[in-house]
Amino acid sequence: MRREAPKAITDYAPLLFPALMLIVFFVVPFSTMIAVSFFKRQQGGFYTPDFVLDNYARFLSTFFGTVLGFSLMLAVLVAVCCVAIAFPFTYLLTKRSRKVQTLWLVGLLSVLSLSEVIIGFAWSTLFSRTAGITNLLVALGLMAEPQALLPSFGAVLTGMVYQALPYTILVLYPALVRLDPTLLEAARTLGASPVKAFFNVVTPALRNTIVATLIMVFVFALGSYLLPQILGRPRHWTLSVLITDQAIYQSNMPFAAAMAVFLVLISLALVGLTLLVGRREAAA
Amino acid sequence: MSGLSLNDITKEFGNFTAVDQVTLNVPHGTFVCLLGPSGCGKTTLLRMVAGLEEPSAGTIVLDGQDITSAPTHKRNFGMVFQSLALFPHLTVGDNIAYSLRIRGASRDEQNTRVDELLKLIHLPGFADRPVAKLSGGQRQRVAIARALALSPRLFLLDEPMSALDAKLRESMQVELRQLQQQLGITTIVVTHDQREAMTMADLVVVMGEGRIRQAAAPVEIYRRPADAFVADFIGSTNLLEVSADSAGRATVLGTAVAGLELPAQVAHASISIRPEDIHLTTPGNGAITGTVTFIRDLGGTVETFVEASGKTIVAVATPRERPNVTVGAQVGIVLPPESCVVLKK
Repeated sequence: MRREAPKAITDYAPLLFPALMLIVFFVVPFSTMIAVSFFKRQQGGFYTPDFVLDNYARFLSTFFGTVLGFSLMLAVLVAVCCVAIAFPFTYLLTKRSRKVQTLWLVGLLSVLSLSEVIIGFAWSTLFSRTAGITNLLVALGLMAEPQALLPSFGAVLTGMVYQALPYTILVLYPALVRLDPTLLEAARTLGASPVKAFFNVVTPALRNTIVATLIMVFVFALGSYLLPQILGRPRHWTLSVLITDQAIYQSNMPFAAAMAVFLVLISLALVGLTLLVGRREAAA
Repeated sequence: MSGLSLNDITKEFGNFTAVDQVTLNVPHGTFVCLLGPSGCGKTTLLRMVAGLEEPSAGTIVLDGQDITSAPTHKRNFGMVFQSLALFPHLTVGDNIAYSLRIRGASRDEQNTRVDELLKLIHLPGFADRPVAKLSGGQRQRVAIARALALSPRLFLLDEPMSALDAKLRESMQVELRQLQQQLGITTIVVTHDQREAMTMADLVVVMGEGRIRQAAAPVEIYRRPADAFVADFIGSTNLLEVSADSAGRATVLGTAVAGLELPAQVAHASISIRPEDIHLTTPGNGAITGTVTFIRDLGGTVETFVEASGKTIVAVATPRERPNVTVGAQVGIVLPPESCVVLKK
């Protein structure tokens, strides 16, 4: 479809409302946060306007470096797990009848209605020694005695994957539904087994969708701060947990803001890098 | 026996029978067109040959070997899909080399074969182009080359020309037929376009409601249609009722047609006569009398619509033999008996 380029200033009028919303609810708060990150903290009080780099300097320590590294690693792992599970699942789902698909999608949507808190406590019960799934394994004779599976890294990962999976599936679904089924059939007539055809036709044909989904889940997981606290040990806490801690419990707004800005910059850099690599591959 | 045999193939979807007891023998090197209106089961039949659908009953035998339940990827048949199904993430060369690559052919081997095929489809030097940058006709050729890369035992095409405009379609039909003769490959094409079938096929298989109505050479299908469905589907025709009068003469629209004979014991039947076989003369002399209702002059041909006893008959003539008539004139319709085909009921 061909669209005419806007000519007069009034042609931009439809953009006015979204632009206004974006400024009021995103640009202004984010600028405030950047400003606060350079403010001076008042011990026992709030902060005074200033321009100091202390907040950023404090961040450049091994401790915060490790937490940042862990947060990024966790978010990447959640993204990879989610896409690895959701992509084949969604693909198989699109091959089912309309009715089965609707049922699954409604079920997934209902999982979205659960808050992070409920998901956290539900999994902490499931992973507990007294009422957890290990009791089932004991009853089945697969395990000698029930044991607690949390707090642990595995529990954090499971909880976060569980939380992000419905989003992943709902983002992948439209692309997979639109995928021409004859692509796969063509690969089969050319001698590829169904599994082989899935990996070298369906997956590359949807490469852009997969990259976009990975980035979405990555950003989503980066913001998670409740599940690491409920299901993990302090060393499994993410940068988001520390930001919350500084902002709410330590009343250190400038430092929290500095960490948040840093996290945003690092995530933007990673997303940019992913897109850049993707484009170079596509060009090659 | 050598070649492809379909024996009593039936395919049911729920309680709908898409293909109903189809039996067909295709000797090697034959170009077959499965022809019929949409929903007649022709595509389903082709998909069963390719292994993309499993027959509910019947067997598919290739060179004496039963392949009914062999998986698609072990059959080594080349197939061109209606959507062409070119892989969007691969270049022209990689699309064509796909089947070689998954069999582990070396890069050199792949390149040699790709160059060979690109030459065959008249697109040399296109190997590195992305598929998205091709025109409709070029995509068509690439899909054909990809299907032929492994020198398949059977070449199957599902409505391959439907995305092309009329002019391009005509030239691709000729090209595909020449390619098939050059390679001597057994080919099955599904189409609903009778011109396409007549252009390309050695054997036209007309299907209707899941059954084979007639399987014969194109000219025979046109000249000797087996029933009213085939006569009507292939080209245009005049279907007329014929009955034997008290003296045993075959009578059409109340007038006895000299020389036309009905099979023994048959009192009523239908006949098919092609518009170009009908002559228009002056009334009388044993001709059927009718009134000209419309003349369609297409330049290359002239179609004259004549109404006789409530039935409209169409006669086609070239401008040179154009009947000298005007709308409203009374004319005599002559049905040459050798051109009338008595149809099975």
